[in-house]
Amino acid sequence: MFQAYTYPEFAYVPSVEQVEGRVVRHPVVVIGAGPVGLTAALDLAARGVPCVVLDDNNTVSVGSRAVCYAKRPLEIWDRLGLADRFIEKGISWKLGKVFFGDRQVYQFDLLPEDGHKCPAFINLQQYYLEQWMVEAIATQPKIDLRWKHKLISLRQEPDHAVLTVETPDGIFTMEADWVIACDGANSDTRRMVGADFTGQFFQDRFLIADIVMKADFPTERWFWFDPPFHRNQSALLHKQADDVWRLDFQLGWDTDPTEEKKPENVIPRVRAMLGEDVEFELEWASVYQFACRRIGQFRHGRVLFAGDAAHQVSPFGARGANTGVQDIDNLAWKLALVLDGKAPEALIDSYHDERAFAADDNLLNSTRSTDFITPKSAASRRFRDAVLDLAEVADFAKPLVNSGRLSMPTPYLESALNTPDQGEWSGKMTPGTVCADAPVIVNGQADWLLHQLGQGFTILSFGPAKAVTVAGLAAKPLIVGQDLEDAQGLVASRYDGKPGTCYLIRPDQHVAARWRCFDAGEVAKALARTCDLQGGV
Amino acid sequence: MSLTLTPNIADPDGFYEFLVHSQRDMTDEEANRMNARLILILSNQIGDRERLRQAIQLAASSGRLP
Repeated sequence: MFQAYTYPEFAYVPSVEQVEGRVVRHPVVVIGAGPVGLTAALDLAARGVPCVVLDDNNTVSVGSRAVCYAKRPLEIWDRLGLADRFIEKGISWKLGKVFFGDRQVYQFDLLPEDGHKCPAFINLQQYYLEQWMVEAIATQPKIDLRWKHKLISLRQEPDHAVLTVETPDGIFTMEADWVIACDGANSDTRRMVGADFTGQFFQDRFLIADIVMKADFPTERWFWFDPPFHRNQSALLHKQADDVWRLDFQLGWDTDPTEEKKPENVIPRVRAMLGEDVEFELEWASVYQFACRRIGQFRHGRVLFAGDAAHQVSPFGARGANTGVQDIDNLAWKLALVLDGKAPEALIDSYHDERAFAADDNLLNSTRSTDFITPKSAASRRFRDAVLDLAEVADFAKPLVNSGRLSMPTPYLESALNTPDQGEWSGKMTPGTVCADAPVIVNGQADWLLHQLGQGFTILSFGPAKAVTVAGLAAKPLIVGQDLEDAQGLVASRYDGKPGTCYLIRPDQHVAARWRCFDAGEVAKALARTCDLQGGV
Repeated sequence: MSLTLTPNIADPDGFYEFLVHSQRDMTDEEANRMNARLILILSNQIGDRERLRQAIQLAASSGRLP
């Protein structure tokens, strides 16, 4: 097949501990160097935590795989200094078109709100994302990324895990205070701890193909229900970087995945979709089926599950890698505080509470999309078609069209780490919600609010405020009008910022608490609560 | 809010005739498809989720195969 991208081959390097036959205890070992595992390593390193990453392979993702990256993961990667490159190379899009048969029945605009650094969505092949994270890791001495290291067994002790690892040089043992399992939907680590992974399987198969073509299709997401070129199934066309396009064909259950991904069977489908005269090269094709399921507990002793290893969703809505990266956003600061002795181990349990809540929200959305896209009975197919027919002629039916609800962060509204609001607030910044970005001016330079939040706890204040410290935990003030200028008034409007209003913001840029005036005692209580310090202060 | 279950349609015989006749020239599948559209149109007219829930429950729990 044609190759628009040359896959790097990363060298296997024998580790000193294996060569010398020493058992070394590491603070964190990450299993899997996909987008989630690599983000975990970079986030931990940014928080001062050294870690080892093990991957059984020695290259990046083969094929584009995850394609759409949403605003929130881009903001997380921006915190880690990576997003500019992703955004520059990626394809930003906001318009989606839905076709039923040969008719366009619906069009949506993601209508991204102005005044945010990161776009609503970019499309970028997963291999670029991984390659650039690997490059960033090479400059980060706190991360030891080891290729051709396969975890073959794991034993849990009360305060650490013992890992048996196989490399080209044989088998050796290492220990970890904490293990983060980012080894995907078929996670071996999950089997090793005996965790359950239950949910709904869908009896359907999809063909995904990357093709390279110079075409003047617009940069939009095109989704077909029952198109003339692929009757009774769905299809998707989406642009990526380097003139690579992602095509997605629903195949149904009674198809042979090995046959379907052969180029001689893929190419006629592509021709039928694009027209006989369009020139293209097939770069990659794969057939997948999916399930909507999640692990019962994200924490098993000293092993923490993240990304597809913890939850698997249908691809509709781009909720896989996007939510996996948000798992890490939630976990890394908690793990750093616990390893540093500044928060009790119980804080780690809030990782399950908050991210299982988000996973359930994602599973609900993705199951609903799947049921719309692939109806399970003639009666539900009739309702689906009725929605599409009506969407063409009546506005009321448009919100019922579900070709995938695109990934948005789930606010942790029920989290025990939040301090509930007192009084009336307008806007969206309820405790547990991710902070909205806004344009600001700092030292005369245009900048972004999220850049000012830093890696620790922040007191964002629209009036006087001072640093607050509790048991070695510090929250630093960031004062609007003093540390930054609210250039367009968007900080005040997005945060309902009346004079004196102040927010306590977590290291993952989520609102922990807010008040109408700064009170060091109240901030200290909220800070203790956010770090699960028993009994507060 | 509760579902209206008392007679609310003027000229019931005329309405029934109009409804049935609207599908006179359709196959069963065409009529089934039209019914699905009609359910969605009327559901939007009702709008209220509690009333819709009651209507769906009543429809699902009533009726027997002859």
